[in-house]
Amino acid sequence: MLSVYAVLIDGAIYASWLFLVAAGLTVIYGVMRILNMAHGSFYAIGAYAAASLVGWYFNNGVGPVWVGYLMMLGCALAAGLVVGLLIERGLLRFMYGRDEVLMVIITYALLLILEDAMKMIWGVNPYFAYQPYAEMGRSVLAGLKVSNYDLMLVGVSLVLGFGLWLWLERTHQGKVLRAVIHDREVALAMGVNVRRVFTLVFVLGTVLGTLAGALTAPAISVAPGIGVEIIVLAFAVVVIGGMGSIEGAALGALLVGLSRAAAVHYAPQFELFVIYGVMALVLAVRPQGLFGRVLARKI
Amino acid sequence: MRLDKTELILLGVAVVLAASGLIAPQWLVFLLTMALAKAMVVQGVVMQMRAGLVTFGQGLYFCIGGYAVGMSGHFAGISDLPTLLLIGVAAAVALAMILGLLMTRYREIFFAMLSLAFSMILYGMLVKSPALGSTDGFNVKAWTLFGWSPAAGQAPLALFVIIVAVSAVLGVLLHRYGRSSAGAMCEAIRENEVRVEYLGQSPRWVLYMNYVAAAAVSALGGGFMALSAGHIDPEMAYWITSGEFVFIALLGGTAHVAAPIIAAVLFAVVRTYAIELVPHSWQMILGITLLAIIVFLPKGLWSLFSGQARKAKAVEAKA
Amino acid sequence: MNNYKNSVPHYRKALPLALAIATAGLTTAFTGAAMAAENGKFRIGVVTFLSGPAAGPFGEPSANAAKVLVEALNKGKLPAPYDKLGINGAEIEMVIIDEAGGAAKQVEEFRNLVQRQKVDAVVGYISSGDCLAIAPVAEELGAMTVFYDCGTSQLFSEDKTPQFVFRTSLDAAVDNIGAARYLAKTRPDAVRVGGIQQNYAWGQDSWNDFVLSMAQVMPKSQVVESQMPKVFQGQYGAEISALSVKRPEIIHSSFWGGDMEALVLQANSRGLLEDATAVLTCGESALARYKDQAPNGMIIGGRGPFGAFAPQNPLNNWFTEAYQSAYKAAPTYPASKMAQAILGLKFAAENAKAEPGKVPAPIEIAKAFKGATFESVSGTVQMARAGGHQAMQGIAYGEYHYDKASKQGSVQNVIAFAGECVTPPDGTSAHDWIKAGFPGAQCN
Repeated sequence: MLSVYAVLIDGAIYASWLFLVAAGLTVIYGVMRILNMAHGSFYAIGAYAAASLVGWYFNNGVGPVWVGYLMMLGCALAAGLVVGLLIERGLLRFMYGRDEVLMVIITYALLLILEDAMKMIWGVNPYFAYQPYAEMGRSVLAGLKVSNYDLMLVGVSLVLGFGLWLWLERTHQGKVLRAVIHDREVALAMGVNVRRVFTLVFVLGTVLGTLAGALTAPAISVAPGIGVEIIVLAFAVVVIGGMGSIEGAALGALLVGLSRAAAVHYAPQFELFVIYGVMALVLAVRPQGLFGRVLARKI
Repeated sequence: MRLDKTELILLGVAVVLAASGLIAPQWLVFLLTMALAKAMVVQGVVMQMRAGLVTFGQGLYFCIGGYAVGMSGHFAGISDLPTLLLIGVAAAVALAMILGLLMTRYREIFFAMLSLAFSMILYGMLVKSPALGSTDGFNVKAWTLFGWSPAAGQAPLALFVIIVAVSAVLGVLLHRYGRSSAGAMCEAIRENEVRVEYLGQSPRWVLYMNYVAAAAVSALGGGFMALSAGHIDPEMAYWITSGEFVFIALLGGTAHVAAPIIAAVLFAVVRTYAIELVPHSWQMILGITLLAIIVFLPKGLWSLFSGQARKAKAVEAKA
Repeated sequence: MNNYKNSVPHYRKALPLALAIATAGLTTAFTGAAMAAENGKFRIGVVTFLSGPAAGPFGEPSANAAKVLVEALNKGKLPAPYDKLGINGAEIEMVIIDEAGGAAKQVEEFRNLVQRQKVDAVVGYISSGDCLAIAPVAEELGAMTVFYDCGTSQLFSEDKTPQFVFRTSLDAAVDNIGAARYLAKTRPDAVRVGGIQQNYAWGQDSWNDFVLSMAQVMPKSQVVESQMPKVFQGQYGAEISALSVKRPEIIHSSFWGGDMEALVLQANSRGLLEDATAVLTCGESALARYKDQAPNGMIIGGRGPFGAFAPQNPLNNWFTEAYQSAYKAAPTYPASKMAQAILGLKFAAENAKAEPGKVPAPIEIAKAFKGATFESVSGTVQMARAGGHQAMQGIAYGEYHYDKASKQGSVQNVIAFAGECVTPPDGTSAHDWIKAGFPGAQCN
């Protein structure tokens, strides 16, 4: 019985992390139709920024612990704003209207450049800023020792998901955004400033990416290549859920999280295939993903 | 068989290239062999791109081709080069005929992600196979050609001549395919699938044939890669490998059969010098090169050579 | 597509132009090669990870060690017997190449190193796949090659009659035989054993060797759980739960780099490492980084007598000090291993009976290297296996200990096992040797 609870707990924790990682990707795709390969780099930039700053804070100052958590959020926000604005204003806005595939490759080139840029800034040595993770301690859930930090991630992810959903569904800005998602050209004709919406959304997506990285940083050792590792994972979650849908990404994350936890506990030899298996299965049944809309075919 | 001018030039270049292999330094011969092998896989990517489908999983057939060659040599003791390559192609075609039934139902990003999923599943299976060396892979046995085996140290050059010949023939065939009705249909599907249906054609059937053919071409590239590198590992099926093929395909553009070859060679040269000159940031050099090409040559390197681009520039200059 | 017909003639004109440019490009490449002619210096190609997750823990210390050593050798600063200038009096010139990108690319770059850059020897390779792929090419080209880190047992069973290929690092089986022996001495009553490995050849081989060895040296032990997460996954929540549920006393892991640090952090803060003793075969490489996040008593190894396990001798004292003053950190085991490979190469080249100041031919270096016994930062190294091409050395394990006052981690309770105790004899694979109960092993 213990392992059933363990599957549920592990699955929920992993799913909330997956959702954090995938949220920015799905938002950007939904509105801008850009499959952003550089999302992995945003994640890594957030992780590096948080790990270096928080590591420095805890190693040198004996300031209060909560300041460390605030710093994590702050530097994720700052890094996301700067990087997002730079890339959108400096490069992407000249590329709108190009083929979707070309946009993928542009972001792939960005990924290559950012990977080396990060190496120049932070070097290749791993950053190990464990204090926020270790400080929180652990609790016992259904006989299983669980890190409080992981439980907090579940909470953050729930709040973030719900917030995004509220914003999209209940605010004026969200309505405008949905109009752009639904039909860019009609929205433009109705007087929506699509360019401004794009800037807003890209920066939001970037911040979500850096935030995911910053929140993950204390639990791992931040090393070169961590960004590349999460790209396919995030893609898979987003595709399973239906490209561009927040609810879809949440459900996709939950599906993958639970299947993976079950595989780890009951059939570790299949762990490597789980995510691709789930993706192939979902697409075989629903080719547009769980929450994807079937697009009208243009004649 | 009557050859048109493009085909004659292709064959002529192949003869010159094969002859220059004799005087070129050995490292260059090897680099070109690897680039030509990759170019074959890129041809497979481009074939599908012409039909509007982007695959992030062509590494699947690249890997199948490579492993079929390696395993036939290792476990069945086959060393004859044409037989080995044919086994690789046959294996890829068999798999593509099954997967194609599913794949042709998907378009755009879903096609891309599903193709990626299948190649990653193969990757996972190979990683889980200690008999095949897991991620370490295994070394490929030396090859022979109709009973003749190249003298020590001569194998790379001999393989170079063979791959140049095969590339040229393949280039001619693909050139003809591109101008055949099936090839034209692929482009029509990319432009508007519904209208193709109204014409009474089945896009799925055309895409299916195209998918299988692309798999065969890519497997040939994988086979040559295995024979020239002398080693295969599951990395061949990893998504980053597949991404590199898309990268090269876009670098060259889809306008001409020679474009993937030129792009693959350029890619190899840029990469090897970037690695030598800036070992710590060669990825950045690659990224900037790619970005520059996309920004300044949106139709790929080939637009440098095609008259349209020059004409367009002239018009722009006037305006 | 109404301009389809129009575009055809353009292509015809375009093709020769395209080829002209391609030819021009290749000619440039050609002349580039001609410039790199021989200049009387001893040119070494150093290949290690400069990008990707292995760069931090392995690649950078290795490259740094190579730089420190080459610089000092060119000034003749090393203690005897390595006080001769450069290598055999010839100045050393180093070319560093990134190992990332897979075996096929490495084969290409290896050929470029030998044929375009005309290096006199190549020292490098961490990945076992790369070593397996490079070995036949090195033999084909007759290029002197020293592998400094890769651990695959397959290397010399594939390359059966090596001539130009040498390995100064140890077979990975040695790590796991040593780990089992250390457990038998220090935790003889432990029964329940769990494992967590990265899911690729390294992790799978390590686990197999370890389980086989445990069956021999601790026959009462039983495997209760084996987890194989994807390499570079970073998050091990579910794996840690799955291990915790089975209540193991020993947890073996061949994790390295960032994965290892993340695992230790996550497992420790979830209490797993309080209930079980972890055995980390690569643990030494993060000795200075665990701080209070690893429990005291955690068993760590350094893949041989390297890094913190290296003995006190004039050579190692010099190396540690030189490395420390250049990079503000103690050399970890990858650094020691790189130093060992270069010292072995120097030893062989200087015993190749070439005139002083001249670079000996590869075949002469290889002849002198075969079966050699040379001094290294890790003590005396015997090239005593695989027909004199594979180094044989002992292995040591110890327990991690963190001193809160000085904020320094160290190893305690170190037990070293002699090479003859943990290395299979020539002609027997590690698997067979372990299964047969280590026939002929001489243990202290």
